[in-house]
Amino acid sequence: MTFTAYADWWWPYLFILLGGWVATDFWRFLGVYLGERLSEQSQLLVLVRCIATGLVAAVIANLIVFPSGELASTPMALRIGAAGLGFLAYLVSGKKVVVGTAIGELVLCLVLLWRGAL
Amino acid sequence: MDWCWQATIPFQTAVNISRGRRACAMRHLMNEPNSELKTPYAHGIWFAHGVRAAFSVPGLILASAFVGFAGLARDAGLTLAQTVFMTGMVWALPGKVVLVGAIMTGASLPAAAFAVALSSVRLGPMVVALTPEMRTPATRKWVLYLLSHFVAVTSWVLAMDRLKHVPRPMRTTYYGGLGSTLVLFNMGVVAVVYLIAAQLPPALSAALFFLTPLYFVTSLWGSAREKAGQLAMVFGLLLGPVFHLLTPGFDLLATGLVAGGAAFGIHILAQRRQAA
Repeated sequence: MTFTAYADWWWPYLFILLGGWVATDFWRFLGVYLGERLSEQSQLLVLVRCIATGLVAAVIANLIVFPSGELASTPMALRIGAAGLGFLAYLVSGKKVVVGTAIGELVLCLVLLWRGAL
Repeated sequence: MDWCWQATIPFQTAVNISRGRRACAMRHLMNEPNSELKTPYAHGIWFAHGVRAAFSVPGLILASAFVGFAGLARDAGLTLAQTVFMTGMVWALPGKVVLVGAIMTGASLPAAAFAVALSSVRLGPMVVALTPEMRTPATRKWVLYLLSHFVAVTSWVLAMDRLKHVPRPMRTTYYGGLGSTLVLFNMGVVAVVYLIAAQLPPALSAALFFLTPLYFVTSLWGSAREKAGQLAMVFGLLLGPVFHLLTPGFDLLATGLVAGGAAFGIHILAQRRQAA
């Protein structure tokens, strides 16, 4: 039952529908249904948010540590360093996502340029 | 105030709103909230303002993150049609990144769906917060369910920021314009980037792929409601690669449960200590 399990043209779309659309819109529809009934302060929601955040963080870390494609040919220390500096710039600039993203990209590109890869 | 409300004025009002000069509009909305509806083109005008709100700084950052996502999906072996389809159907970027991650690691459908569902839980409370902002007694239920599909971090932040300056009966229309534009525009961005990604110089495409993790490492920190969320993020960043090596295929869920559980435990302990 993996993404590439069946050769039929519709299987990847069914996979995306069930694994992606149902899995996300379920929460959106539930949100509409619950309306104001659910307190955002409830401890259960705090736990659920923590697990969700940890999960997304794992995805990010794996994209940085074990990337695919062209990013894989860059040194791991550079990727971690650039992401770290970008995050630092984000914090220093008063949580501006633009600044953090731009600094991280700048560090990556400058080092690649310096190494003669650009 | 009457001069302010000739047929063409709602447009001007909204222009003033978008420029930050809200006084006239706000005074009027408080006095006579329904007069906007008398203009025949009111819905079209407010829809258009929603469309324009999509082309803002947060909207631009989002588009750059989708540039990165297109590269990621292409790399994972998805076709152009599958990538664009996923963009429209899932929409929220964390869910899509997790889904592509699950596809790359060869996860089965139930495991992928479970991981995506876990990564999208936050959408529930976001919709819970947004729905009362848009609803009027006359709002039809299916409209709210349809609009909820557009909810993701960027459109939600934009909506929570600007809806209060939109007359209540026009809010669903406004959000419809904002949300549908963000979705359709980024489907286009994804398609274009997917097509040109192969022709890019290697270093440039490396920089492109780096956009997604950079965007998330910052916006995830900002979207955390409590310290526990930021702690969960730090644990997740550290444990993610470890579990990737230890339990391939199950690494995302394992990291989420361990990192999130630990952060929540510390959160509870800190609360107890505070109460004691």
